[in-house]
Amino acid sequence: MPDYVETINLCRTFGKKKELVKALDEVSISIKEGEIFGLLGPNGAGKTTLIKILTTLLLPTRGEAYVADFNVVKEADRVRKIINLVSGGETPGYGILSVKENLWFFSQLYGLPSSVAKERSKRLMADLDFEQYANTRMSKLSTGYKQRMSLARGLLSDPKILFLDEPTLGLDVLTAKKLRNYVIDWAKRERKGTVLLTTHYMIEADEMCDRVAIISNGKILACDSPQVLKEDLRRTPIAKIEVSSIQIDFSFIEKVKGIIGYSETRNIQTGVTHLRVMVDDRRVFAEIESKLTEAKLKVLSVNETEPTLEDVYIRLVGKGFEEAEEKAHA
Amino acid sequence: MLDDLVRNLRVAYARLWVRVKGGNREPEWLIFDMFLPIFTLSAYVYLYKMLGVGAEFAGFVVIGGTMLAFWTNVLWNMSAQFYWEKETGTLEAYLVAPISRMAILLGMALGGFVNTTLRAVAILTVGSLIFQVPIALNEPFTALLIFFLTIAALYSLGMLFASLFLLYGREAWHTASLLQEPVQFISGSFYPVRYLPTLLQLLASLVPLTFGLDGIRRTAISGEGIAQVWPHVIALIVFTLILLPLAKLALNFMENLGKKEGRLTLRWQ
Ligand SMILES: Nc1ncnc2c1ncn2[C@@H]1O[C@H](COP(=O)(O)OP(=O)(O)OP(=O)(O)O)[C@@H](O)[C@H]1O
Ligand SMILES: [Mg+2]
Repeated sequence: MPDYVETINLCRTFGKKKELVKALDEVSISIKEGEIFGLLGPNGAGKTTLIKILTTLLLPTRGEAYVADFNVVKEADRVRKIINLVSGGETPGYGILSVKENLWFFSQLYGLPSSVAKERSKRLMADLDFEQYANTRMSKLSTGYKQRMSLARGLLSDPKILFLDEPTLGLDVLTAKKLRNYVIDWAKRERKGTVLLTTHYMIEADEMCDRVAIISNGKILACDSPQVLKEDLRRTPIAKIEVSSIQIDFSFIEKVKGIIGYSETRNIQTGVTHLRVMVDDRRVFAEIESKLTEAKLKVLSVNETEPTLEDVYIRLVGKGFEEAEEKAHA
Repeated sequence: MLDDLVRNLRVAYARLWVRVKGGNREPEWLIFDMFLPIFTLSAYVYLYKMLGVGAEFAGFVVIGGTMLAFWTNVLWNMSAQFYWEKETGTLEAYLVAPISRMAILLGMALGGFVNTTLRAVAILTVGSLIFQVPIALNEPFTALLIFFLTIAALYSLGMLFASLFLLYGREAWHTASLLQEPVQFISGSFYPVRYLPTLLQLLASLVPLTFGLDGIRRTAISGEGIAQVWPHVIALIVFTLILLPLAKLALNFMENLGKKEGRLTLRWQ
């Protein structure tokens, strides 16, 4: 199969000399036809920047990018004919018009005959379970239904390559699952389309993607199928540690010898912090536990666990997503 | 080639349809849009009556108020339009689509024109009846020609503004409100421009609305014909021929600048 989307040493910077931000730093990826490819990374990693360049909304500073063999800078018009873009958290359209009317309008941007457009949007509304809102004003829809409409808009033009930028941002679990499944279905059975999606949800990348590129600070750190990425960690012991405090700064455990990385999730409701710790030897777990006890913390449980994609990230960066984001915002 | 043209015309039609459908969905707005200008008009007419100037002034004011509706539409619904569309992500959807951006602007302009015409006809009719405007329409075709040329020039200006403001957010909004009053003043919406000082008259001639207003008044109220208003016709055609390509140029330029600087989406402004 030919490479369908390809970037070669793609760079993009923002701002002037002193405050130069390297949003993309020598990014080279290639996506095959029919593949669902995920870009996984924390806030500010450069995911949206990459999508914008591939969808002709932004020019690269250096390097090249191709979509179905068309250069995204020089042949932008040809690229636009075969792609579509859905960004989570944004609902293009006119609030005063109904869902149906909006969908018809967007179909016209792709030159669909009205009869085809109406039939297709009817089908998408049914498949995505929002036909009951066909005649509702768009401004009256809830976030979840707006997002369904956005996905329908993206699929309406029957693109060869669909770009999804955080498609399930802020959605409830059920709606998110529904949208994910629908995209998988569309790509694998119905259309055999190619999908490039960005996300910072681990499960989304794990469930949906044939291959995942882990991106941080504009650099691709790893790129493979979720299985292979996790397989590489099989021999690295990982434990979930529950501690009954959410007040404390846990960074002191970094100093324990043999620790590769960790992440923490604080649950404000239960007052419990879940630490995920990766070490080079099982014996280090006991060491960590005693350090925590020394700090007058109550350790509720220590359980070894299977690696997830987040662990792949921790392994590469030394900390979890949330810690990386906190640092980026500081 | 032809394929592209047909597709882009359909895009323009779709954008027009959205505007007409959306603009008339709330009947309350319609009433508001019609009566507010009529109140303004009345104020001027009564002012002139009190000052004891001729009856022809009522006609001036009614035509001024009618044409002003178009100017308001150009400012508020063309110039600042991309600002709203950016905020909802609609602009992004346009920019990833394989369409000419001018088609969108054209649809926006035509839709705005249709909507405003509905209101303008009401203002004109009600105004003429209430204030008993003396009409002397000797060459209706010339009057219509001037009207349509004025509209073409005004909406070309609107397309230029929309393009220039592609990369700006709230600034577009402020500029629109900044331009409303002065243009209303110098283009002579409610009195003849010839009463303005020369310098202001010169400035006024930079606004297509000035020529349009004067031309329509001459042909509809003073009974003049093409023999007298041909300079107006030429001026308005020149305006359009300059403004329209300029709008396309500005739009391309701004889109490219936006792609270079990463300013096509609101989040980073
Ligand atoms: N238009 C812009 N102007 C200035 N800086 C920008 C612009 N777009 C992105 N950046 C910067 O580039 C970096 C990458 O941003 P990008 O939006 O691509 O990240 P992301 O991975 O999509 O993050 P998120 O998960 O928050 O969406 C960030 O540091 C951001 O501040
Ligand atoms: Mg993003």
